Amino acid sequence: MKANIVIIGGGISGVSIAYNLAKKGMKDIVVFDDNYMTGGATGRCGAGIRQQWGTLMNCKLAKMSIDFFETAQETLEYHRDVEFKQEGYLVVATTKKEDEISEKNVALQNSVGIPTQKLTPKEALTIVPHLNIDEVVSATFCPTDGHLNPFLMTDAYYQAAKKLGVTFFYEEKVIEIVTKDKQIKKVITEHHEVFTSKVVNVAGGYSREVGLMAGVDIPVFSENHEILVTEPTEKIQGPMVISFSKNIYCQQVPHGSFIMGRSDLQALHNHDIGHTHQFLDEMAKTAVNLLPPLGDLRVVRQWGGSYNITPDRQPIISDTDQCSGYYMGVGFSGHGFMFAPITGILLSEIILEEKPTIDITKLHIDRFKNKNLQSYETNVV
Amino acid sequence: MSKKDIMICRCEDVSLEDLHNVLNEGFTSIEEIKRILRVGMGACQGNTCNLLVQREVAKFLNIPLSEVKTQKVRPLITGVKLKSILENANES
Ligand SMILES: Cc1cc2nc3c(=O)[nH]c(=O)nc-3n(C[C@H](O)[C@H](O)[C@H](O)COP(=O)(O)OP(=O)(O)OC[C@H]3O[C@@H](n4cnc5c(N)ncnc54)[C@H](O)[C@@H]3O)c2cc1C
Repeated sequence: MKANIVIIGGGISGVSIAYNLAKKGMKDIVVFDDNYMTGGATGRCGAGIRQQWGTLMNCKLAKMSIDFFETAQETLEYHRDVEFKQEGYLVVATTKKEDEISEKNVALQNSVGIPTQKLTPKEALTIVPHLNIDEVVSATFCPTDGHLNPFLMTDAYYQAAKKLGVTFFYEEKVIEIVTKDKQIKKVITEHHEVFTSKVVNVAGGYSREVGLMAGVDIPVFSENHEILVTEPTEKIQGPMVISFSKNIYCQQVPHGSFIMGRSDLQALHNHDIGHTHQFLDEMAKTAVNLLPPLGDLRVVRQWGGSYNITPDRQPIISDTDQCSGYYMGVGFSGHGFMFAPITGILLSEIILEEKPTIDITKLHIDRFKNKNLQSYETNVV
Repeated sequence: MSKKDIMICRCEDVSLEDLHNVLNEGFTSIEEIKRILRVGMGACQGNTCNLLVQREVAKFLNIPLSEVKTQKVRPLITGVKLKSILENANES
């Protein structure tokens, strides 16, 4: 088999890149994924989309992605409802320091047209009336943040890419990338040998391993993040409520259930995606403390998934001088779902040697050659 | 009875017609069907619908039922209120 390009990973990043390349006229695009569709981080994520970031780059990536999501349903001509909702993110500050940082972040976000406002605890109550404001110092709110169904959004891209001629193989693992003189020659999977000169690594939690297959050293690691969902209930909460200091994000999705998660600060760097009772205990404490009426909701399911993390917690979207024809969109931490539209646009531009929509020097893998990284994203759970 | 009126999943209101539509689109793994239709994601966690869905997949693919994988079983076994989890966490 021959291909112009092989995309390794059919999560939200892979389907977005495939769609964008095909839309620009590229032929013979092949995608391999060793799992069922959305079996990676995409199907395990919190499904939140926000623009309230602490670095200029993340603000831009998020804003451009939301601009796409706003019309994704029509643009991709998808026959199901992707369950897009824009009822905002309420970011709650509980320490003086957090409050000061949020002041700067609001100015940064406003500078690129993100409509975030700073609120007093009382004002926050008008948006989420059941918020416990005992420890809340201030809050910020961006009304155009929100939620999108990750399974259906992936399917929407997948169906649109298929219509444009992209070939997908799910449940098929890439086991080897053959290179010669730092050039891609061939991709070998469990069932196919594909002659190609280009490969895109969007392998999520396994992106480091897929890098090493072609001798490309990518400075990322993976870490388990746990999450749970409750039974559906009548609508009581519009926005996502998130607090970095309290370590919680919690949103009611259009279906009625609440999705919530938090990070284990002691998480090991590995491929674990299991679930623990410690997470349940800590999640219950944090959620009931900050949003007391949620105590009456029944948890129906819990699971885990991989964050793939770079040293500065911003993604790598680039080619590399380590191997020509090798491209990557990796290291998305807890925000690769919401960045997928721009990931697809930027990588298609890099691959087709077009001028990128925005200056992406700061997303290049080469930034890690310089030890003094400048911007570090701290706005994360 | 029309396929629209035959309920496969009571928790998430999924009919036999919905299921057949997704099978016809090409989704034949239980994990994918679950993520598109929510069968198995509701309060019963698939205890009611899973076998029904498996049977339809087996019929559709014309393979024995035993060859259709079940969905991954995840905790909790039954719904538990967050405040009950909290009370127990505080006890230990
Ligand atoms: C608990 C949790 C909550 C999150 N919450 C959010 C959120 O609210 N908002 C947000 O934007 N992001 C969130 N994220 C992050 C988001 O899920 C990821 O950044 C995003 O889904 C990454 O998509 P991807 O396509 O790059 O990777 P993935 O979805 O992981 O896809 C990579 C695919 O590559 C496949 N693969 C790997 N190796 C191989 C191989 N050798 N051969 C073939 N295939 C291979 C994998 O099976 C996988 O399907 C969350 C993540 C977790 C775990």
